[in-house]
Amino acid sequence: MQLRTLGALLRKELVMILHNPLIPRMIVALPVMALLVVPLVATFDVKNVEVAVVDDDHSQLSRRIVADLDASPELVVTALPPTHAEAIQLVEQGRADVVLSIPLHFERNLSEIDVEANGVNATKGMLGMQYVVSSVGSTLRNVAREQGRDVAADDASVIYRFNPTLNFRHYMVPALMVFLVIMICGFLPALNLVSEKETGTIEAMNVTPVSRTVFVLSKLIPFWVTGLIVVTVGIIIGSTVYGVVPAGSLGGIYLATVLLSLVMSGLGVTIANKSATMLQTIFVMFAFIIIFQLMGGLLTPIGSMPEWAQCLTYAIPPRFFNEIMRAIYLKGAGFGELRSQFLWLTVYAILAVTCAAVTYKKRSGG
Amino acid sequence: MTPVVDVRGVTKNYGTLRALDGVSFSVAPGEMFGLIGPDGAGKSTLYRLLATLLVPDTGSLTVLGLDTVKDYRALRSRIGYMPERFSLYPDLTIAENLNFFASIFGVDVKQNYDLIAPIFSQLAKFPDRPAGKLSGGMKQKLALSCALIHRPPLLLLDEPTTGVDAVSRNEFWDMLASLRDYGITIMVSTSYMDEATRCDRIAMIDHGRILRTDTPAGLVAGLDENLYNAAAPDMFRLLEALRRLPDVADCYTFGATLHVVAAPGFNPAAALARLKEMGVEGATIYPAQGVIEDLFIKLTRNER
Repeated sequence: MQLRTLGALLRKELVMILHNPLIPRMIVALPVMALLVVPLVATFDVKNVEVAVVDDDHSQLSRRIVADLDASPELVVTALPPTHAEAIQLVEQGRADVVLSIPLHFERNLSEIDVEANGVNATKGMLGMQYVVSSVGSTLRNVAREQGRDVAADDASVIYRFNPTLNFRHYMVPALMVFLVIMICGFLPALNLVSEKETGTIEAMNVTPVSRTVFVLSKLIPFWVTGLIVVTVGIIIGSTVYGVVPAGSLGGIYLATVLLSLVMSGLGVTIANKSATMLQTIFVMFAFIIIFQLMGGLLTPIGSMPEWAQCLTYAIPPRFFNEIMRAIYLKGAGFGELRSQFLWLTVYAILAVTCAAVTYKKRSGG
Repeated sequence: MTPVVDVRGVTKNYGTLRALDGVSFSVAPGEMFGLIGPDGAGKSTLYRLLATLLVPDTGSLTVLGLDTVKDYRALRSRIGYMPERFSLYPDLTIAENLNFFASIFGVDVKQNYDLIAPIFSQLAKFPDRPAGKLSGGMKQKLALSCALIHRPPLLLLDEPTTGVDAVSRNEFWDMLASLRDYGITIMVSTSYMDEATRCDRIAMIDHGRILRTDTPAGLVAGLDENLYNAAAPDMFRLLEALRRLPDVADCYTFGATLHVVAAPGFNPAAALARLKEMGVEGATIYPAQGVIEDLFIKLTRNER
């Protein structure tokens, strides 16, 4: 009986979603749009770092350093100001990101060389400085080798594992899928339930023999299906458009998606149960989602947060989904390595669904 | 005969507001029982208590032999409740709504179609229209069909005719009357006093208290007032003037005329003469037949 009732409720939810002119399209259009546009726009790759060189040496070596800088793909030498003060002025005007000062008699003494970067855009300044230092370093080594001096091989070489070219898309595509699952699976069930309150249909439902568990399940299940659709769209676009193919198993990705969509829809339904209007629901939901996005390790790595904040992130379920997605996508991790993340997500899923069922009251005042 | 609905000393407060105050009444099987009172009298609260959606502060409600607090689960599948607000899914079509409620109650539409056929037949012509796009009267017919689809022995209708035009309202009451032939007990509330006469028995409710419970004829017989109609071209001045006459106990607007409650010693001819002196031209006064609304006004007079 309860199973048949659940079937009837699910059929109703499906029909309502399909009758809605906007929602089914949004479920597909939002991930497609987000995945087609955002990875191209939101990139931390730094290109066209503008370098101003103050050359007080005017030697063969200093000219070679400038030529090599200009030849490197990330850097552009935009100005050769005669004094350091003028170079700083260029930085203030936004016409230079990095200032390289080559002192007098540099070729003869091989004395210190000075690199300064504009820290307003921290990423650009930091990377620009590194590019300049490594370009100058390689010029100096090449010159030494040409002069027959014995130079140790490059002091250090950097190899990036799992994402050797540091392609930002490998980092962005799984993160976007996390973002979309949080948004869609959190908001849709919350708004769905609160709209039943606003139209008054919940009143009629409450007098029926439908149990609250069955009713709440009918609000959760459609959205874990939605979560799976979103992730499938993400995987298809990620692999066809960006060539970002999950290195690990799809099963793990889908299992984690189901768990996170249960967490998010359980949270959404709980919030809707506690609020009387659409406005309240949206506002409270936003508060949760913003914290989830910012503290879940989506944009900034959890490892670089202060220790107390790192502890707090254990209370943020998307954190574990995010770790699972990146580990499976980039490292090809299996269930064994991700056991604790899956366990945490399962605990949160059970908690959220229980909360959703318990806070749903068919009657008041009792 | 065991009553279908038995309400005993029910009190319900919302914070400091007393919505129901010691309400008691009972409804016999097969009866059409009317609950009449103005907005805010406590009608909807009473319905929500009967429909197991609220728990009373004191007192008890027994519906179909089941306690609304203890046996609410068993009760929910046996009552048909139509809330005051339209409570069907506006995005679902007529047929989808009906089928949905049938499957929620675990019944087959065909099996109970005979019961709703007289109500549903007009809607069956356009089964694919969304419920939200129906007229007020049509919406109420669909809501009634959905409330009846599981053949409940008791139907709880909370202001089913509010916001429905006069013709559809009449039609709706005819449908309710025909449902009695199936032995369904009906409890219906309304704030339109003229509809009350269509019930077998009526409870008058105001400020959370039952003022009187009786048949419509019994209520009117208990009115016991000397009533007159009064009319004049300038109705407002007429009302003002009549209220100042010493042998007029009360005077109020009633439809197109005024109802005058005469005190002992009232004489229509003398009253007309006095009105003329007071500058009210062309007034007429003639005896009136009291109706339920007059009784309601009488019973609530002291509170005004």
